[in-house]
Amino acid sequence: MRIGLRLDWELARRGYRRYAAYPGATAAGLFTNVFFGLLTAYILLAVYDERVEVGGYDVKDALAYAWLAQALMTIVASFGPSWSELALRVRSGDISTDLRRPVDLQRSLASQDVGRAVYQAVFRAAPQFVFGALVFDVTIPADVGRWLLFAVSVCLALAVSFAVRFLVNLGAFWLLDYRGTMILALVVSHMLSGLIIPLTFFPGALAEIVRTLPFAAMLQAPIDLYVGEPLGGSAALVLGLQAAWAIVLVLAGRAVLRAGTRKLVIQGG
Amino acid sequence: MGEARSLLRIYVLLVGARARAQLEYRASAVLQLVGTTLIAMLDLAAILILFDNVPRLGDWSVAEVALLYGIASISFGFADLLVGHLDLFPEMIRDGTFDGILTRPLPSLFQVVASDFSLRRVGKALQGVAVLIVALTQLDIDWTLGRVLALPLAVVCGVVIYAGVWIALATIAFWIVDAIEFVNAFTYGGNFLSQYPLTIFGRWLRGLVIFVIPLGFVAYFPALYVLDRPDELGLPEALRYVSPLVAVAVALVAHLVWTNAVRHYRSAGG
Amino acid sequence: MAELSHRESAIELEDVRKEFAVRVKAGRLRRERKRVQAVDGISFTIERGSIVGYLGPNGAGKSTTVKMLTGILVPSGGRIRVAGLDPSRQRVELARRIGVVFGQRVQLWWDLPLRDSFELLRHMYRIPLDRYRANLERFSDVLSLGPFLDTPVRQLSLGQRMRGELTASLLHDPEIVFLDEPTIGLDIVAKAAVREFLAEMNRERGVTVLLTTHDLADIERLCSRLIVVDHGHVIWDGGLDELKRRYGQERVLVVDLEESGPALEVPGARVIKIDGPRQWLAFRRDETSAAELTAAVAAQARILDLAIEETEIEEIVRGIYAAG
Repeated sequence: MRIGLRLDWELARRGYRRYAAYPGATAAGLFTNVFFGLLTAYILLAVYDERVEVGGYDVKDALAYAWLAQALMTIVASFGPSWSELALRVRSGDISTDLRRPVDLQRSLASQDVGRAVYQAVFRAAPQFVFGALVFDVTIPADVGRWLLFAVSVCLALAVSFAVRFLVNLGAFWLLDYRGTMILALVVSHMLSGLIIPLTFFPGALAEIVRTLPFAAMLQAPIDLYVGEPLGGSAALVLGLQAAWAIVLVLAGRAVLRAGTRKLVIQGG
Repeated sequence: MGEARSLLRIYVLLVGARARAQLEYRASAVLQLVGTTLIAMLDLAAILILFDNVPRLGDWSVAEVALLYGIASISFGFADLLVGHLDLFPEMIRDGTFDGILTRPLPSLFQVVASDFSLRRVGKALQGVAVLIVALTQLDIDWTLGRVLALPLAVVCGVVIYAGVWIALATIAFWIVDAIEFVNAFTYGGNFLSQYPLTIFGRWLRGLVIFVIPLGFVAYFPALYVLDRPDELGLPEALRYVSPLVAVAVALVAHLVWTNAVRHYRSAGG
Repeated sequence: MAELSHRESAIELEDVRKEFAVRVKAGRLRRERKRVQAVDGISFTIERGSIVGYLGPNGAGKSTTVKMLTGILVPSGGRIRVAGLDPSRQRVELARRIGVVFGQRVQLWWDLPLRDSFELLRHMYRIPLDRYRANLERFSDVLSLGPFLDTPVRQLSLGQRMRGELTASLLHDPEIVFLDEPTIGLDIVAKAAVREFLAEMNRERGVTVLLTTHDLADIERLCSRLIVVDHGHVIWDGGLDELKRRYGQERVLVVDLEESGPALEVPGARVIKIDGPRQWLAFRRDETSAAELTAAVAAQARILDLAIEETEIEEIVRGIYAAG
């Protein structure tokens, strides 16, 4: 399997370099992240003027959420070309070339995504979170264990996010209007991943339910572990859910790709 | 005047052609409109969830914030409709379309603005209207003629302010090729912050959006007037009435920035 | 409609220069500012009603010159007058009097039928209705636009699209048209149609044409005069025949021999390429003739087939530059 790993590494580098080639775009994106982080932070401060604790978060946790959400969204690609690039290749037929190669398509895209995530973690997520932590009084876990759990959770979040994006893109095999589907997927995932507002703020039982969904695994889960408020009080539960969703969705992705490929072959692609 | 009328006519023809091309696929157009309306409601959902947890935000009630949200959304929706395609302006420069524009007998800004008209973007305005109506029914407003007129006036000025900011910032594409995302902070970010009372934001940010990039005049000051709220920031009361002046100023500055940017482009080259 | 003046020249350039500041990577992180002279003192005058070819290798300053003539770029120095106007200061007014066609780029509206594009141009250029109708009918006739006037531009073939672009550039009766590679990618039939159309328009309406092209046949058919640029200045300004006479001396004889072998040694020619049994022999027209050369080769080896290649314009240009 050494060849396989070597290829993974090369593809990851390619994914990294693709984003490293546009420092102007990275800087602009970073600025925008910081700006939105500031707005969210202020809004949450206004909320905590009224109450001391909401959804298990205190004000420091909420501020940590504001900056982590902006940071993690770049790592897990809540926006971006990865929501439509593969779909465009399916629509144009270029996917046949990809499928003919002796490389596992899902795996190669995953490797590139990891490269991308590393670049954005270093050049967007980290500086932006550091800024937020310096300017605002955010929760900083003293316990190394929590940091470790957080790190693992971020990796799993990336895996789930990749799997979801992969699946959504494959919709292009069957749907005429991919654009509309993509927008719908973005809407749902943004709302339910906790990007707009912490899922813990959702009313009552709804909060519990949405936190078990795969979208929560993409963003909310690592944040919960960071502030120390995991679903059901158990970090193991959160990580387990993330891992489970990652596995299920990756396998689903492979199955759907097979189905799509069959359809392509039948159509004479 | 004849010049302006002629330009208006050409604008209507150009965007009309775009609109007709989009409406050709009726089902898809409707789907996209529904999609954007839904996305626009995410921000509303966030506000409602916040108010599910607290009774007031910055001492504003949910209905009052909804008023802000409604005005800001309608303004932004129409501004997005008119100039939202500026997000893709770098592409126009890169593929030479802008050079082609310079060989035509019309002002370059006019042609760029008239180059697209995405009907689906008006979804944000639609949900804004709905929210505004509901908000007005919930609020106890002392209606005068001035207050009635203030709302549509606020929207018109809001559109000009958002569009002007969008145009001025989009010129960054002439200087730094791939930094267009910078504009998002003030267009989409600007809309995001307009939905909330300015009182909750830090001092420096308030100063920025009142005196530098005057997004605060889109919804906050008109709302203060309509609601007859005392201003907690200690700012002069006159600010409630000057949105039209601000809009004109923004338009002039945007035009100036654009003209200057094009001059730089023509001197510095492709 | 532009007032006809009594100027003689359509295009005048006097010692025109254009300089760019380019940021070049110098090491890992730093960027150096370099000044690049894209156009370094170009002067020429084009009379009304002429068709002039404008040539040069890529990067020679061709497109920069055309951009300055059409108002896209502002020169760093020198004087330009097009249709009597200064393109850098009177862009909009000039735009009414010129037409521009880019071979590689679509100027028409992508998802609109061709006819609708023309209508939009009618309003943009304020073309009087009767004039518009007369022009459209004439161009439709000459270029056979009829069958696809109502087809969206994105569905047109390259040839059809180019015919549409040409029409679009002439609808408003411009004094001058600037054509950038108009026949690129077209098949032989379409190329001929385009050339005929341009010759006709020039004859019929006295439209001045500045034609940027790499296609020798375009030039042969249309241009009485040729301006060649390289490295930002004019290296040839004159007739095509004279150019070929002076610099186009070399031709290439391509022979297919019966079997592969070493390079042929023939007086008056040198082998520039060998590919199996095929050899390319370059020779100077004024030193030997194709017939003599063929006889000389035949004396040494059996020839199965042969062909003669004209000198490419690129070769001529390089030759001019090499001659200084």
